[in-house]
Amino acid sequence: MSYLMIFISAIFVNNIVLSQFLGICPFLGVSKNSSTAAGMGLAVMFVMTLSTIATYLAYHSLLVPYHLEFMITVVFILIIASLVQMVEIILKKVSPILYQALGIFLPLITTNCAVLGIAILAAQKNYNLMHSVCFALANAMGFTLALLLFAGLRERINTEALPQAMRGTPITLITAGLLSLAFMGFAGIGN
Amino acid sequence: MNNQSYKNLTRGIIKENPTFVMLLGMCPTLGVTTSAANGLGMGLATLFVLILSNFAVSAVKSLIPDMVRIPCYIVIIASFVTVVEMLMAAYLPALHARLGIFIPLIVVNCIILGRAEAFASKNGIWQSVLDAVGMGIGFTGALTLLGTVREILGMGSVFGWKFVSEETDTMMLFIMPPGAFLALAGLIIIFNKVTGAGK
Amino acid sequence: MKKPADTLKNMILAMVVTAGFSAMILSISHIITEEPIKKAQDAKKLEAIQAVLPPEYDNNPYQDRITISGSNIELYPARQGSKITSVALKTYSDNAFGGRLELIVGFLLNGTITDYKIISHKETPGLGSKVAEDKFARQLRGFNLEKQKLRVRQDNGDIDAVTSATISSRAVLDAINRAYDSYNKFSTLGK
Repeated sequence: MSYLMIFISAIFVNNIVLSQFLGICPFLGVSKNSSTAAGMGLAVMFVMTLSTIATYLAYHSLLVPYHLEFMITVVFILIIASLVQMVEIILKKVSPILYQALGIFLPLITTNCAVLGIAILAAQKNYNLMHSVCFALANAMGFTLALLLFAGLRERINTEALPQAMRGTPITLITAGLLSLAFMGFAGIGN
Repeated sequence: MNNQSYKNLTRGIIKENPTFVMLLGMCPTLGVTTSAANGLGMGLATLFVLILSNFAVSAVKSLIPDMVRIPCYIVIIASFVTVVEMLMAAYLPALHARLGIFIPLIVVNCIILGRAEAFASKNGIWQSVLDAVGMGIGFTGALTLLGTVREILGMGSVFGWKFVSEETDTMMLFIMPPGAFLALAGLIIIFNKVTGAGK
Repeated sequence: MKKPADTLKNMILAMVVTAGFSAMILSISHIITEEPIKKAQDAKKLEAIQAVLPPEYDNNPYQDRITISGSNIELYPARQGSKITSVALKTYSDNAFGGRLELIVGFLLNGTITDYKIISHKETPGLGSKVAEDKFARQLRGFNLEKQKLRVRQDNGDIDAVTSATISSRAVLDAINRAYDSYNKFSTLGK
């Protein structure tokens, strides 16, 4: 599989949020305005790439040689949780500016199913290290794109007058549905 | 059953329904509910993990230092999820194949860690199990309902039983990704109207 | 009972005990479920093989399987006594709409398709998924690959693609053609 195809497929065709339904919680929760959406997107990109590298190494140098593939969920979530904690501590010390921008999003990322999901998918698909990194980066970019587009839409919708029962969650979900419908137009690219 | 137990049991079913009111665990809610059977299967798997994890967390809560409680809870939850996954692969292979990646992802379902942290780590074992049963039933009910609605609109069938002829065109949109968002939005609007909730 | 204090010793102890406990229940359930999981996975293939092969054989084709070198294709020979009567092959196509499609197809020795069963696909439910249904499948039963090329009508062939699912239909034919090619290569090598 070529690198370009991985990117196109992950960002547009099988968008992680809009067609795979991973990372819905931050997608609905942290999309009230564009600047927080961008911060969250960057933080996810950073953590997802790092954690996919770490879980790749653990999977192929520990779990596979010792036939412990059934431990994949426990090991991966522990690695991700520790990694997020470590990134937080290091950022705080090394780059206070970056910490200020990304810090508040980091604790939310441990329970972001997109990060664990991509790590498990990359292991299941038997990608090599380079493919796994591209796969993670591409999916994180897809996540950021969906989040940014959605935040832009929500900023507009907040100013509209709506029936009582539709305010809040329902209109948010309908907007997400329409965005997902738009992304279906990419389906089949690459065939 | 005394009043407090009854409250803990029923809280998750309507008043604090994890799906319609709290909007927790949205990924499996939207991802696997292409049919009623899938929704029910996912709901029951989550219910099972929720009961075990609330029980275990409540049992060990006074043995774990505060600083490391979250990592410990996550390990406990992940273990139970893996057990459920292995049992499913062995005895329900068809369902296991259809739920796919969403089974290991029960680990990061916010409902489970949320109940462990907000309820089980502060209450006794019996009350925690009741809370888990209530929340689990609320989640299972919501998923089954959403799955049923999507299956009726999208396939013209209920639990695989087709009530329109093979040639009838159904609203396929509802079993595709956008339909998940739209169907859930519709259900929440109705839920808000009926219970008078919503902002 | 009072909570243990946040000393390093207590924290490490708590984590180690939790991890040990987790490893214990996982190992126990792994030992219990390993056999049934393998059986469940085999059962699906075995069922498909039995469905596509004509019943004239007395061996277990699945146990006698051969992996064709340099590919992911498996060949299951059906024998009556020592004579091969027909073969089934597990084959795949990566040109499907939603990613890899896997199926098991049966051939008579003269190149006639007996039947096929799709074992995994990610096609759109209600559209692409119809390639598993009888309306499409019955065109392929009895089709002789020795005499005719297996193509959809859009590509100047004889097979009617499933309405609005040409890509999925092509993928099924692609997988069957791939199986036939490897079977041919395999049988000429054997002679």
